[in-house]
Amino acid sequence: MKSYIPIIGLEIHVELNTKSKMFCQCEANYFNLEPNSNICPVCLGLPGALPVPNKKAIYYAQIIGKALGCKLTTQSKFDRKHYFYPDLPKGYQISQYDEPLAINGLSEISNKKYRITRVHLEEDTGKLIHKENKSLIDFNRSGVPLVEIVTEPDFHSSEEVKTFLEMLHLIIQQYLRVSNANMEQGSMRLEPNISLTNNINRLPDYKIELKNINSFRYVKKAIDYEIERQKKLLNENIKISFETRGYDENKNITFSQRVKEEAKDYRYFPEPDIPVMTFDTDYLNSIKIPELPNEKLKYLTNKYKIRESDAFLLIKSLKKVDFFENISKKITNYCKNNKIEFDYITYQKIVNFIVNSKEQEIESSLVFEKKIIDFLFPKKQNIGITQQIIKNVLNKNKKAVEDYNNGKENVLMYIIGQVLRELKTKQNVNEIKSLILNNLKQLQ
Amino acid sequence: MNLLNKTLIELIKLIKTKEISSKEIFEYFIKRIKKYNKNLNSFITINENFIANNREFLYGLPISLKDNICTKNIRTTASSNVLKNFISPYNATIVEKILNSGGIILGKNNMDAWAHGSSTETSDFGPTKNPWDKTRSPGGSSGGCTAAVASYLCPAAIGTETAGSIRQPASWSGTVGMKPTYGRVSRYGIIAMGSSLDCPGPITSSVEDSALLLNIIGGIDKYDATSISPTPSNYLLEINNKKTFNIGIPEEYFENVDKEIIKNIEKAIQVLKSLGHKFTKIKLLHPKYAISVYTIIQRAEVSSNLSRYDGIRFANDRTFFGKEAKKRIMLGTYALSQGYYDKYYKKAQTVRSLIISDFNKVFKKVDLILAPTTPTTAFKLGEFEKYPFFGELMDILNEPSSIAGLPSISIPIGLTKSNLPIGMQIIGNYLNEESILNCANFFQKETNFFDIKKTLLKQYPD
Repeated sequence: MKSYIPIIGLEIHVELNTKSKMFCQCEANYFNLEPNSNICPVCLGLPGALPVPNKKAIYYAQIIGKALGCKLTTQSKFDRKHYFYPDLPKGYQISQYDEPLAINGLSEISNKKYRITRVHLEEDTGKLIHKENKSLIDFNRSGVPLVEIVTEPDFHSSEEVKTFLEMLHLIIQQYLRVSNANMEQGSMRLEPNISLTNNINRLPDYKIELKNINSFRYVKKAIDYEIERQKKLLNENIKISFETRGYDENKNITFSQRVKEEAKDYRYFPEPDIPVMTFDTDYLNSIKIPELPNEKLKYLTNKYKIRESDAFLLIKSLKKVDFFENISKKITNYCKNNKIEFDYITYQKIVNFIVNSKEQEIESSLVFEKKIIDFLFPKKQNIGITQQIIKNVLNKNKKAVEDYNNGKENVLMYIIGQVLRELKTKQNVNEIKSLILNNLKQLQ
Repeated sequence: MNLLNKTLIELIKLIKTKEISSKEIFEYFIKRIKKYNKNLNSFITINENFIANNREFLYGLPISLKDNICTKNIRTTASSNVLKNFISPYNATIVEKILNSGGIILGKNNMDAWAHGSSTETSDFGPTKNPWDKTRSPGGSSGGCTAAVASYLCPAAIGTETAGSIRQPASWSGTVGMKPTYGRVSRYGIIAMGSSLDCPGPITSSVEDSALLLNIIGGIDKYDATSISPTPSNYLLEINNKKTFNIGIPEEYFENVDKEIIKNIEKAIQVLKSLGHKFTKIKLLHPKYAISVYTIIQRAEVSSNLSRYDGIRFANDRTFFGKEAKKRIMLGTYALSQGYYDKYYKKAQTVRSLIISDFNKVFKKVDLILAPTTPTTAFKLGEFEKYPFFGELMDILNEPSSIAGLPSISIPIGLTKSNLPIGMQIIGNYLNEESILNCANFFQKETNFFDIKKTLLKQYPD
């Protein structure tokens, strides 16, 4: 058995959340619409119709490029990519071939660096719906702006891929806000290509492309399956050739869709309906991107001295980050005003509390703030209330108290449970336990 | 009232002075179409439905359109059986502009199917005949438009040109044909042929009418990313303010040109000299290079543009394509295939840049370029089948300027001994339509195009 190193590259398609489609005025948001109700001569490919590019979409693609450390190009153009399929109304897709909007990026995720080959803009296709013996086409999605991100083959495990994709998803959806990146609706589609080598310095002479996967979990599973499948073939000295494969999530297998001999010749040529785009360097430099997760992480750990692992959980929700910063400021002030000694541990406690809460809870921020303050600084009367609740519980459960006094110590767990249920708010279990024990002692 | 041979400008005067109504004019042309179209076959569809429209600037005058210009409610076929019953759900931008300027669509003119050709014979609706000699072709692909304007079945028409498709039939039919700068007139709603070349333009009896229509259809369009932003001048004003120009004569454009044509051009040059214009001999790249460039780029774009006609969303399926379209699709597909792209398409684009810079150089020295429109006068019907690249040969003198996106006008300058019209073209610099129109207008004022139209219309009385 030889040992193999997986070589994995990625192609990711992201639908942008612009108001209108890539080349016409129809809505870019096509979900839950009556089929073929969001269409016009342009996205339907009618005779004489012409594409006019959406400036916002171009800008969004450039923002994504910048966030992935790419160089934004000063000259870029659209090209026609030809193939026949019923959901492609013009018989070609307007895409970008040799002059994409962004190239040569470097993206650092979890302390690993991945090279980004290119970021380009294209249009989505319609959707085929197969019903009984008929095939129907819904063109509502036709022409929705789609960004394609291509990486170099810099990934060596399914875990690395998953981590990268989750971070990319986070950046696009929450930090750049250029896409809804809704995985179930297919607004982010993942296509890993995988091959194996036994020499890291030599790329294999083949690759297997997996098409259109729309969940991070499935990407990981599909890659793992593919690595094992290829390992087996290579160990049997079977030569693997270029192939496109699909992934069956129910059976957890990949299956062949197209081999190289059937590879398509897309007959790319410059889209004559759209002039070449030129951007001056000053303009490209003026495109600003917000603070990204990596920087946010560094900033949070430096400023608040919280654990990196917790900060990592926190940055997965910008809402939580904002809430954390706000409440931390308030609490620092509260301590100052009430002459309470402040400690960095407090930040750590706040982070823990926020990270373990749901995002919806944070939305009613005033209530949530009070919860945190109560948690950090339990007031005297709070202890009074707790005491009252314990007394009530013990009164109601005379039998349990009796049992406890008779040596059945595991009844204590039941009593703690009852008290916690009455308290409704989160409390330190050990504190409650000692309070109950005190009460029980008094009753003896 | 005798309306025969009246220009748009003349008809507008009659409407304004209430000597005649636009409805009467409309009915007059419908009557003429019914009388003569059976023989000429210049109209595919006639729109007999008169809807009053008395807005500026056309005050309800009828205009006919080449049948690759999309019209709501009137079928648009591109003269192909693929689109035999196709009705566009929207109007082309230029149709909207014409309607908003008081025009009424009189009908749709025959053309080479998909505009593939230079004789109007590849039409699936039968060839259009040349009104001067019905055994001959009117030229093409806008042959239906030029035949209709020449025989006065309509006062003016809008054609389209990819390389020669306005100027060449204008020349063969004895009308004025104006091909504006690429991007000057919106292509939105024009069935695409060679997208980087396509250009709609007016086909008229007079230069003034051409200026009037260019005023109406020109200008930037938010639905066409290749349309050009500088607002066009008021051409109708510009052309009446007499100017003199330095006009270049490219020797290369006179090679292999019919002797009778050259003789008439020399005569026309004398007229222009008498009007104060100066002439300079110039050198341009030989037009033969443009043939190769044009053939490759146009075929490539055709193969791409026709891929939407799959019969799924509208119209008939691919089996309805004619021979010429299939030939062009095959050639274009080949030229764009992997391994051939660099050899053909990319190389053609490189030569295209050379042709553009060649013109740029020349326009530093001269204001206008003058040349024959075509190497010959109208061919007999059926001749085109003897030449595999018939169109390219007939359009050789139009291709360089089309490839460079330059404006040019073809005007009638006389007749051959066998009574066939001869055309001469004036090519201008990028966006300089007004100089072309100015020069051509004073030529017409001086000569009235040697009254050739009067000669023809004797055969087509009311």
